[in-house]
Amino acid sequence: MSQAEDYQGTRRDFLYYATAGTGAVVTGAAVWPLVNQMNPSADVQALASIRVDVTDVAPGTQLTVLWQGKPVFIRHRTGEEIQSAQSEDDIVETMPDPDARNENINAASLATDENRTIPSPEGEGAGAWIVQMGVCTHLGCVPLGDGAGDFGGWFCPCHGSHYDLSGRIRKGPAPRNLDIPPATFVDGTTIELG
Amino acid sequence: MAGIPHDHYEPKSDFEKGMQKRLPVIGLLYDTIMIPTPKNLNWMWIWGIVLTFTLALQIITGVVLVMHYTPHVDMAFNSIEHIMRDVNGGHMIRYFHMNGASLFFFAVYLHIFRGLYYGSYKAPREVTWIIGMLIYLLMMGTAFMGYVLPWGQMSFHGTAVITGLFGAIPFIGDSIQTWLLGASSVGQPALNRFFSLHYLLPFLIAGLVIVHIWAFHTTGNNNPTGVEVRRTSKEDAAKDTLPFWPYFVIKDLFALAIILVLFMAVVGFMPNYLGHPDNYIPANPLATPAHIVPEWYFLPFYAILRAFTADVWVVMFANWISFGIIDAKFFGVLAMFGAIAVMALAPWLDTSSVRSGRYRPMFKWWFWLLVVDFIVLMWVGARPAEFPYDWIALIASTYWFAYFLVILPLLGVIEKPDTPPATIEEDFDSHYPAKASGDAAATPAE
Repeated sequence: MSQAEDYQGTRRDFLYYATAGTGAVVTGAAVWPLVNQMNPSADVQALASIRVDVTDVAPGTQLTVLWQGKPVFIRHRTGEEIQSAQSEDDIVETMPDPDARNENINAASLATDENRTIPSPEGEGAGAWIVQMGVCTHLGCVPLGDGAGDFGGWFCPCHGSHYDLSGRIRKGPAPRNLDIPPATFVDGTTIELG
Repeated sequence: MAGIPHDHYEPKSDFEKGMQKRLPVIGLLYDTIMIPTPKNLNWMWIWGIVLTFTLALQIITGVVLVMHYTPHVDMAFNSIEHIMRDVNGGHMIRYFHMNGASLFFFAVYLHIFRGLYYGSYKAPREVTWIIGMLIYLLMMGTAFMGYVLPWGQMSFHGTAVITGLFGAIPFIGDSIQTWLLGASSVGQPALNRFFSLHYLLPFLIAGLVIVHIWAFHTTGNNNPTGVEVRRTSKEDAAKDTLPFWPYFVIKDLFALAIILVLFMAVVGFMPNYLGHPDNYIPANPLATPAHIVPEWYFLPFYAILRAFTADVWVVMFANWISFGIIDAKFFGVLAMFGAIAVMALAPWLDTSSVRSGRYRPMFKWWFWLLVVDFIVLMWVGARPAEFPYDWIALIASTYWFAYFLVILPLLGVIEKPDTPPATIEEDFDSHYPAKASGDAAATPAE
């Protein structure tokens, strides 16, 4: 094979690869917007924080609000509930999910009752308020509250996940404790979510 | 087509001759309709026509319903009620469409089990089988998205559960779920895109149906004996076959008429029998219905999804061997899709040299057990996930996989099959003996 033929072949190969490469890039560039348009749009992402007035939430009751399209459980616990939840802190390591799942604190924290609750407003004992996403970590149903399930906390009717008074998964198919969204008391009676 | 020797289309009039030179569409239709078809086909060979009819029914009623439906979270539910109460004949059209989905799956399950019994999936019809499985997957996607559109309680929370399946994929699951929903939860973006895709997918199904028909017209139909049509000469082939038109068309239309009588009885007298009352409650993100149960046609695979909980040893083993990446939730999702995947792989898992189950004495028992297993899974999928249903679901799910992965490969080795007839003609004549009055070639018109 002469050098000239070899040279021509190489140049033709180069043109093939360059054309195919350009084609692949152009196709990718054309397809990506079609894929990306399905991601959350700007207005959906812009749903920032909301403030919830919890004046009327008496101890032993629960308020469910909608935040970013999902229910959030805000529970005002009684002293008995707090004691009952705290009494199981020593077996937290053996629970299905020992992590706190609390966005307000360090991700590696243990799921003790203290780490699962938000700091109480002034004049109220620790652990009185627990704020959690009302979304079962199994397949996203809304669990039932007010002492439902085998552990007195929440119970998901879809596939039978039982959560305790701290929202920790104790029994059933759910892999994680109920998630705790960013939540703080901005004054004595108002919780800010997000 | 078909590789079966037969008379092809001959254009007669000047118009036909001209068309044949320019666009041979008449010839294509003629050869498709006149395809030589094994003359011993039984009543299980009617479901293809039923399915084609149902696809057309769903597309036509669907296009009409879209003229009155509004894909918006605030208006979708009301627009359905508008169709039910205000639109002229709207309630009937919607009931046709709703129950048409059930007819579709009823027919497809019989069609699939027909193929499993008579070995229709085996060489050389693997491509037909695989295309059929793709159609089945698209059907499930279409039916699921259609169920979301009325925006009732079942629509809403069913969507949360089903898209949650994709959220179970390790590492990228959450991103995929968000991408599918267009938000972190079920809402307007999900409803809008499901509406778009619910309109699109049936046309993809229609395209695949054409390829499905093309594939089995190339290999020729299977038949209850599993014996191939003789291709040695046109005369031999003619002894085994009859043209599709008019013989099989009339037979299939007769069957279709009977099935439609039953279908009309359901649509007319019990249109909501197969649905869930909860879906007549407008979607409420704050409350999940007490029992989320999918439509009946998804129940067998829903049962498999739920069967593999964290305390099953295979799940624990998968969890250990994958360093915790595969948890019970992801395992259930893999099992559900795997249950369909093993069915799609049947052509390569079945090692028997005999095609039709009619001549496989051991296979028959295992096959009918699979049918029972399917019905048990469907029943248990609607029951709560507690004892004893969890055990029944686990055993039934295990048998589903065992049938395809263990029994089909092993049977081909250990089973001694009966001898199938040499030709289709022989099989036919044994069922319909030739008349003594010199009518040598038995006429199938009786």
